[in-house]
Amino acid sequence: MNSGIDVAKVRARGAAYVAEARIAQMMKWKGIIAIVAIGNPLFYLVAIGIGIGVLVNENSGTSGTGGVEYITFIAPALLASAALTGALDEAMFPVMEGFKWRKLFYAINSTPINPGQIVLGVFIGAIARVVFTVVCYWALLIAFGVVTVSQSWDVIPVTIFAAGAFAAVIMGVTASVKNEDYFMTVLNRMIIMPMFLFSGTFFPLSTMPIFLQPIGWISPLWHATELGRYFSYGYSISGIMLLVHFSYLIVMMIIGFKLANKKFAERLAK
Amino acid sequence: MPESLISARGLTKKYGDFTAVDAIDFDVAKGESFGLLGPNGAGKSTTMRIIAATSQRSSGTISILGRDPEEHGPQIRAHLGVVPQQDNLDGELTVSENLFIYGRYFGLSKKFIRNKIEELLDFAQLQDKRDAKVEALSGGMKRRLTIARALVSEPDILMLDEPTTGLDPQARHILWDRLFRLKETGVTLVITTHFMDEAEQLCDRLVVMDKGKIMAEGSPLELIKQYSTKEVLEVRFGSDRNKEVAPILREMCSRIEELPDRILMYVEDGEALLEAITAKKLHPTTSLVRRSSLEDVFLRLTGRSLIE
Repeated sequence: MNSGIDVAKVRARGAAYVAEARIAQMMKWKGIIAIVAIGNPLFYLVAIGIGIGVLVNENSGTSGTGGVEYITFIAPALLASAALTGALDEAMFPVMEGFKWRKLFYAINSTPINPGQIVLGVFIGAIARVVFTVVCYWALLIAFGVVTVSQSWDVIPVTIFAAGAFAAVIMGVTASVKNEDYFMTVLNRMIIMPMFLFSGTFFPLSTMPIFLQPIGWISPLWHATELGRYFSYGYSISGIMLLVHFSYLIVMMIIGFKLANKKFAERLAK
Repeated sequence: MPESLISARGLTKKYGDFTAVDAIDFDVAKGESFGLLGPNGAGKSTTMRIIAATSQRSSGTISILGRDPEEHGPQIRAHLGVVPQQDNLDGELTVSENLFIYGRYFGLSKKFIRNKIEELLDFAQLQDKRDAKVEALSGGMKRRLTIARALVSEPDILMLDEPTTGLDPQARHILWDRLFRLKETGVTLVITTHFMDEAEQLCDRLVVMDKGKIMAEGSPLELIKQYSTKEVLEVRFGSDRNKEVAPILREMCSRIEELPDRILMYVEDGEALLEAITAKKLHPTTSLVRRSSLEDVFLRLTGRSLIE
């Protein structure tokens, strides 16, 4: 027997080993990840923040955005949307890869590591990508003078948390899916795109007719955006709504993890 | 009887109404090379997954390295090396990165793995490919890398599911050579295959499986002795005449098998029988005398050939 193998150690750190592997895989894409993390905020801030912002500010002042410049209003929303998009990439593709494309999870599953640790490891990997994305974005917001460090630092953990809740759900849902081509098309065009447009990203959700507002209510992006605005420039939210936003994301995270743990265990035991 | 590393009794696996593995008993001794031979769907891979402690049995008992996989999955998996039927390497990472990451899953120290990688690259003859992306490797190289990866933790048992399926003959021979070397170092091998020549080359002892059951057990030689004759005469008369001459041939030896394209005749001396057939002026269009193989054993046991 190889006496160098300490099963108790793997029981304790297995998820970290999986995360280590995920980060090694991401490093193969580091150029693209960096371009997206920096280019995405740059394009949005210039095009929408400054370009459209001038239009908005000239026509309605700051009345539509609760008293702040348009760029200040959309910055936390764009930050949240970049964070959730990063979370989507690192929660969906590795799960497809793991079960279907390269069957990497089956390889990990034949070591002392168990399915729950694979779930947690992939999640940690997704969080690593989100942290990088959010910090880059935030640094650019500071550089553009949209927010200040002291006023807005706490938007970072809050946005990462929201992206984590989204990642957990995406992992669970992706693990439940058998036909990935269909799934990815539907997810991107029918869920991600409307979520981006109807989550109060570019205008307050309350300006929408009431029958369209539920799209925002169920969208993690709306909850993340509202929290982001509250923590970045002091947008006013009632205590109850604050509680609703956090609770919604916590419940999402719990359901996501439960579903992912169940589906991973089922598929790997086949 | 040497120490038994794997011991199964009445091992059964059901998927709903379908019984994939049907109450099988077997033992694998330390240092032995044990084979599961059978056609696709015989239950070999299912048995392998139960031994690998990733799939749970429906009933019966199994002990692997002295433990029950239902309770001690991680402890058992820590000392197994698994080579699945389909390579599941990370194509985007390099050869050495694949080995390194896999070693980490066993909680091995970085230093141990780095030293081990050198040894494994030599073994797998992949030294000059260490920094190549796995995607760029040939099928045979990927297979060797998957085996090397399974060895990173110095397992007590190496499990190979259809190790050479899909490889060209040259790549198969290189792989057999590598596995033979491993066997010589005393690693216990558990191999599934539907190639009889592979089973003959690599297995000290094997079980023949069909429809979830074990049909026979023994060394390749014992099985051939028990279930077949020393030689086989294969004759072809053309598809129409085969049926016509079969009754005559049946009188000439203890057992014949009529296959769609040829007739197999089981005898001790094939040449002598061929002469006798020619003397009767039957004149087969082609004839071949060969030694009995596991294919003949399988045919005898199940009435079907291994590769259909």
